Amino acid sequence: MEELKKELKEKIIEALNLEDMSVEDIKDTDILFEDGLGLDSIDALELIIILDKDYGIKLTDSKDGKKIFQSIETMAQYITDNRTK
Amino acid sequence: MKNNIIHYCNIKNSEVYLDGKKLYEGAGEEDFSSFIKGVYKNFNLDYPKFYKMDGLCKLAIASSSILLEDLKDEIDPDMAILLSNKSSCIDVDLKHLDSISQGEESYASPANFVYTLPNIALGEISIKYKLRSENSFFIFEGFNPTFMIEYANSLTQLNKASSVLCGWIELNENNYNAFMFIIKPENGIEFTRKNLEKLI
Amino acid sequence: MEDRIAITGMGIVSAIGMNAAENLMSLKGNKHGISKIEHIDTTLKDKILVGEIKKTNLELEEILGLPALNNFSRSSMLGAIAAKEAIGDAEINTEGNTSIGFVNSTTVGGMDMIEQFYDNFLEKKEHQHYIEVHDAGSNTDLISEYLGINGFVTTISTACSSAANAIMLGARMIKSGRLDQVIVGGMDGLCKFTINGFNTLMILSETYNQPFDENRKGLNLGEGAAYLVLESEKSYKKRGKTPLAFLKGYANANDAYHQTASSEQGDGAFLAMKSAFEVANMKPEEIDYVNAHGTATPNNDLSEGRAMVNIFNNKVPDFSSTKPFTGHTLAAAASVEAVYSIFALRENLVFPSLNFVENMKEFNLTPQQKLEEKEVSAVLSNSFGFGGNCSSLIFVK
Repeated sequence: MEELKKELKEKIIEALNLEDMSVEDIKDTDILFEDGLGLDSIDALELIIILDKDYGIKLTDSKDGKKIFQSIETMAQYITDNRTK
Repeated sequence: MKNNIIHYCNIKNSEVYLDGKKLYEGAGEEDFSSFIKGVYKNFNLDYPKFYKMDGLCKLAIASSSILLEDLKDEIDPDMAILLSNKSSCIDVDLKHLDSISQGEESYASPANFVYTLPNIALGEISIKYKLRSENSFFIFEGFNPTFMIEYANSLTQLNKASSVLCGWIELNENNYNAFMFIIKPENGIEFTRKNLEKLI
Repeated sequence: MEDRIAITGMGIVSAIGMNAAENLMSLKGNKHGISKIEHIDTTLKDKILVGEIKKTNLELEEILGLPALNNFSRSSMLGAIAAKEAIGDAEINTEGNTSIGFVNSTTVGGMDMIEQFYDNFLEKKEHQHYIEVHDAGSNTDLISEYLGINGFVTTISTACSSAANAIMLGARMIKSGRLDQVIVGGMDGLCKFTINGFNTLMILSETYNQPFDENRKGLNLGEGAAYLVLESEKSYKKRGKTPLAFLKGYANANDAYHQTASSEQGDGAFLAMKSAFEVANMKPEEIDYVNAHGTATPNNDLSEGRAMVNIFNNKVPDFSSTKPFTGHTLAAAASVEAVYSIFALRENLVFPSLNFVENMKEFNLTPQQKLEEKEVSAVLSNSFGFGGNCSSLIFVK
């Protein structure tokens, strides 16, 4: 899962234009949204696209994202359990 | 008192001017993306959301920030925003179009799509400076000083706004020209067509 | 003499009719225009429902009598048809008349043509002429030329509030004496650009849109065009034309919250409505019917609902969203709904908000569920666009 977590951090930095941030700056348990990394609802939608495009997981309700995208840790766990790619 | 231009900012040809004084010069041959990043860093705009914006919004935020930074506490809460350009938001429109033209592998990007309207620039400025005032975006063949003068003046005359942030914010690939100015019934440069054409 | 802003003509095309009479008949007969997409080849064809006008581009060209080689996009053809009806209805002659203006609005412009031919623009020279009219402004120019409009012409692009802002600009130009008559409104045709974009924001519904319903899932996109002819009191009295209605209030404010979502309390919406009442010199209690923006997205209806409860001090008048009939026609929405607001005044009718089943738990607001006959003297129409752009209009008899 370590490899996946690093991959996710790289993808997030790129897809969400987190300039001035490197993989080392994001801890596995950092809260991604609101007060943590400060991601917003549009970023959540981008993450949903990544889940589909790169891991073959289709989320139909954007509200499910809240739990899954809490941190890199929760994301990696969810992907490991549900990926089809 | 009549409305006058109290401050103005120009961003074009790799240069940034405030009230006619050159404050920054980019590397010259660079593309718009690299140039505007340089502007952001040079003026310490300190607004991380900047990086998520499309080119048009970056240009609008950069020019309005440089204009408004020193006036932070004196910005009228009812300052209206009046922007215009020729090319709307064509750059990000084409990016979006590209992303949905990949056949089976098409994935539209929400972060792109939200910017495919020129008036999002109005929204971004309003969010940054907490303005809930009147705002509009007009598309013209070219810079239309007569229209801007009439419209901006009518806003203050009708007491809809105490001042107006006006701008011609044009971006088309690597051709960019931002001319932002504030008009207010205070001392400043006369708000006439001749002067606007000189200053842009 | 008073200097009211009169509406002396209207024109409209939407999924529920190709002209004003057809639209009114559909509204009265509860006949909505929401269905699966037929004319666009998109991967989302079987997934979503839209308010599509069941005419191919070829059929629209025939209606307008356009030559085979023309630069009209679907949006501008819809615009030309509706604007033509409005001018005819107002009985104005555009020829050589430079005091007739045209304030148009669109979000799509020529994009529907560009997306069809984008991939091989370089090879297929015969499609390259469409590149010239991609931008919003050129589409407006095409319509001006077609209709012989010679006065002031401009295009507004502020998303879903565009047409309301066009109406507002027109009113101001008349009030300032710049123009005597002005055609104002908006147009937008369906295209993959918009369909895919909204889909990626996950705010489209796979079922019929249910504004203000607890279980609403999102919006149905629509297409259409609608225009009003605004005229000064001096002008319509001089030529003896009886107005259809009057535009009494109009305002615009920014929500200053997010690029595409609305603030929780609907601040921008509240400010726009409040300002519109100030301009009209009217009190909220004087409104008989509210044509809401009501897109049926979880976000809009919550924030608009809150704003209405606040502005009307808990005594919200009869209200409905007509988007279950037409879908969300984007830039045209405000002018389509302006036409419906004027129908309400002239016919003394309140139109239903179709598909409503269950009240939202956040407040006690029940939209109009049946067509109702009652005295309607003042209507408030809301249109809230992306970018926090909120506009409200007030029409009176």
